[in-house]
Amino acid sequence: MTPCLRHTALATLLTLAHPAQAGLAYVSNEKDNTLSVIDTDSMTVVDTVPVGQRPRGILLSKDHTRLYICASDDDTVQVMDLASRRIIDTLPSGEDPEQFALHPNNRHLYISNEDDAIVTVVDVQTKAVLAQIEVGVEPEGMAVSPDGRWAVNTTETTSMLHWINTETFEIEKNIVVGQRPRHIEFSQDSRFAWASSEIGGTVHVIDVERLEPIRELTFKVPGVNPDRIQPVGIALTSDGRYAFIALGPANHIAVVDAHTYEVLDYLLVGRRVWQLDLDRDETYLYATNGVSGDVSVIDVDRLEVVKSIKVGRYPWGVVVDPSS
Amino acid sequence: MDASRYWHGFIGIQVREWRRFWQQRTRLASALVRPLLWLVVFAAGFRAVLGIAILPPYQTYITYETYIVPGLCGMIILFNSMQGALSMVYDRELGSMRVLLVSPLPRPFLLFTKLLAMAGVAVVQAGVFLALARLVGVQPPPAGYLAAVPALVLTSLMLGALGLLIATWIRQLENFAGVMNFVIFPMFFLSSALYPLWRMREASPWLYWACQLNPFTHAVEAIRFSLYLEWNPLAWGITGTVTLLLAALASTGFRPQRTRILSGRR
Repeated sequence: MTPCLRHTALATLLTLAHPAQAGLAYVSNEKDNTLSVIDTDSMTVVDTVPVGQRPRGILLSKDHTRLYICASDDDTVQVMDLASRRIIDTLPSGEDPEQFALHPNNRHLYISNEDDAIVTVVDVQTKAVLAQIEVGVEPEGMAVSPDGRWAVNTTETTSMLHWINTETFEIEKNIVVGQRPRHIEFSQDSRFAWASSEIGGTVHVIDVERLEPIRELTFKVPGVNPDRIQPVGIALTSDGRYAFIALGPANHIAVVDAHTYEVLDYLLVGRRVWQLDLDRDETYLYATNGVSGDVSVIDVDRLEVVKSIKVGRYPWGVVVDPSS
Repeated sequence: MDASRYWHGFIGIQVREWRRFWQQRTRLASALVRPLLWLVVFAAGFRAVLGIAILPPYQTYITYETYIVPGLCGMIILFNSMQGALSMVYDRELGSMRVLLVSPLPRPFLLFTKLLAMAGVAVVQAGVFLALARLVGVQPPPAGYLAAVPALVLTSLMLGALGLLIATWIRQLENFAGVMNFVIFPMFFLSSALYPLWRMREASPWLYWACQLNPFTHAVEAIRFSLYLEWNPLAWGITGTVTLLLAALASTGFRPQRTRILSGRR
């Protein structure tokens, strides 16, 4: 094969491996009761879809065909068909659902009900409530480990992480962390869990095997008052290189080396940066800025904020569709 | 007259300007110290001030340091031009400007060449400043540095022409303090160099309009947009028009016989 032909063949193969990307990201606008759809190639909003009242947590089904939306003030979880962008169903969620997590089996949805101090487990196919697990006061963050073994709930007032066995739906361990834990995120290999504490201003890294915290991270943004540093959203790259932590009203995202736990940089974004999500290739990180009403896009390799995209009022959650 | 004479005159003036620049190396240092103080000390206190709105040409939130760098480039050029004007008064007093102006080359050509020579020096100063600013984290796209050169040159031509015009009025060296007070400071502060205009508008509509009418604002915006590879026709249009206007006024107004110290008439 001539070098020229070889190049062409290689290019073709690469094109096949990465089909033409028209990536989409979905953002829930808490105050507008809408969902903004962002084209990740042009980095512009291409659609705004009305949804239930006070949409906050959003997540994709494992086959990426449906989007689950916590419509907090409607006390329900809505199911959106992504092809038609229509709400096709609602799920019983308990009162005031804010955050939730889907088990890798694509059926069990774990929802925290802030006002009732319980976690509701719903089967998304049968719509049956499988369990209501009593946890601490003001349950908030919710995550299921990628290996499906653990569901973890954070309770704000109790300042605890509740480790729920996904087979028995029972709490096996409680771990005390910093004040007002808001969010928890598992590493891809399910070996570590990172939990942020809003008031404590800390992030705890938990060794999942031993169920013990192994590290407590603190942050210091130059020129920002320490009490404004309120860690919330967390995103971890699958290669274990970086952890990104949204620092809320500090208007910065901390970049942490996930091996050494050293804070590498603070990236300036909009006001009250809240939730984060990485795109499929992990080239860009998307961050919602609640108060300034936009989404900042971070180039992961260069650790640089490349653009901020105006969305609705008080954007809360963001997910990037990995199939698009 | 053939082109070689023009070329000869052109080179002569350029060489003289660069030689002067080289002889006054402290001038480069002082030209850099001023904006660096603004960047490192003044801007440090305002780090978070601008993290609340996105304004073109920026694509996202920026620190105050990032915001004021184009304005500080403008400041470098402003001082360079006014010093150029000062040096013309000096030249006139010592008569070397007379030598220049009695050459058979047309006066507008001579003055334009002088302005261009000053612009060259200003671009080098601004370039060194931008390189230092990069070290403190103000990092526009690499191609932006090249794109900014025409904007820097145009700004320098405009302010140089203004300097020339002022030089036709100044009779003595000591008047530079007056130039500082009545030209440099108002031009710099009543512009978008330190604060975006929407901020000024919040403070007072009068201030806002004063800034809008200040050609220095548009020169700074031309530099700012070019540095971030964006095109701002309004800024370019106004800066270009004002440059032409000032240059025309300066070339008709600049006469060697204005100097009265040497001729003894007062």
